[in-house]
Amino acid sequence: MMELLECIHIYKDYDKKQVLKDINLKIPRGKIIGLLGKNGMGKTTLIKLINDLLTPTSGEVLVNGKNVGIESKRIISYLPERTYLDKSMTVKQTLKYFTDFYDNFDIEKAKRLIKDLDLEIDTKISKMSKGMQEKLQLILVMSRNAELYILDEPLGGVDPATRDYILDTILNNFNEDASVIISTHLISDIERILDEVIFIDKGKIILSSNADKLREKENGSIDEIFRRMFKC
Amino acid sequence: MNFVFDNDRPIYIQLVEQLEIYIISGKIQPGDKLPSVRDLALKTKVNPNTMQKALSELEDLKLIYTERTNGKYVTTDNKLLNKFKSKYAKEKTKKYINEMKELNFTKEEIIEFLKEEDK
Repeated sequence: MMELLECIHIYKDYDKKQVLKDINLKIPRGKIIGLLGKNGMGKTTLIKLINDLLTPTSGEVLVNGKNVGIESKRIISYLPERTYLDKSMTVKQTLKYFTDFYDNFDIEKAKRLIKDLDLEIDTKISKMSKGMQEKLQLILVMSRNAELYILDEPLGGVDPATRDYILDTILNNFNEDASVIISTHLISDIERILDEVIFIDKGKIILSSNADKLREKENGSIDEIFRRMFKC
Repeated sequence: MNFVFDNDRPIYIQLVEQLEIYIISGKIQPGDKLPSVRDLALKTKVNPNTMQKALSELEDLKLIYTERTNGKYVTTDNKLLNKFKSKYAKEKTKKYINEMKELNFTKEEIIEFLKEEDK
């Protein structure tokens, strides 16, 4: 079977600055993968390339064996680092927007998850707390029947209760036919749910391993191993 | 099921250990059917792949078995369960005695403490 996602010798330059250097990646189905690196090391650039929002300087991004484009946008569900919702809309309007935009959006599932949060469907997004907005965005992204979910820093600046909610929601909605890539620098919060980890530093992939194998080999938590490696 | 994990060690090994305790303590009875991998993963808040790995390990240890298409069950082999129980008992006792000996207690004193505590 085709790899779900493959990056082949990807380079990305901004003007003269090289932000990604020879990235090679293969992501199979049925895994939760942590893309781990400090801020400014190329995580978001790589994610934008996979989502076809940027074009690589050289190299190829393949989804199900085909170059990224309209088809890959359909099967990738992406949670960007910064909010993309129109805050003047209500929850209900946002749901309609997602239904119109994505043919694989499961509105019933989204409604169920929203109800679990005790969130009124007529609430305006601008009236919701930051934590609630984060939760709603995650619900929208995870309610698409996608093949690849890409979450860019889903835990940035949320309180511990919201963090637990986010991790639970990822686990609850993860299925073996799909994969989830989570980019973060907050490793200790998330490492328990990861199958595979990828360390990225200065635009390069430094390490790629099964999470438990790495713990066994290096005798420590992923967070510790990462800190040891990059002395942060 | 309230499992606590330490990120320093492989999660699947910790799952095996904690599930072993559930089984040998009788919290899950011999012959009981286990919840599905997915449900177990959700209850313990781990990745389903990690849970799958832990269950394969328990299956290798023969503490659980798979009935084709029907799910996973706890072994009814009491001999095996007792073997695991004594293994745990020995480990715990050894650890306790070593700690007491570090504190310079004699064997007789240790036995006295045990009797006293259990009253």
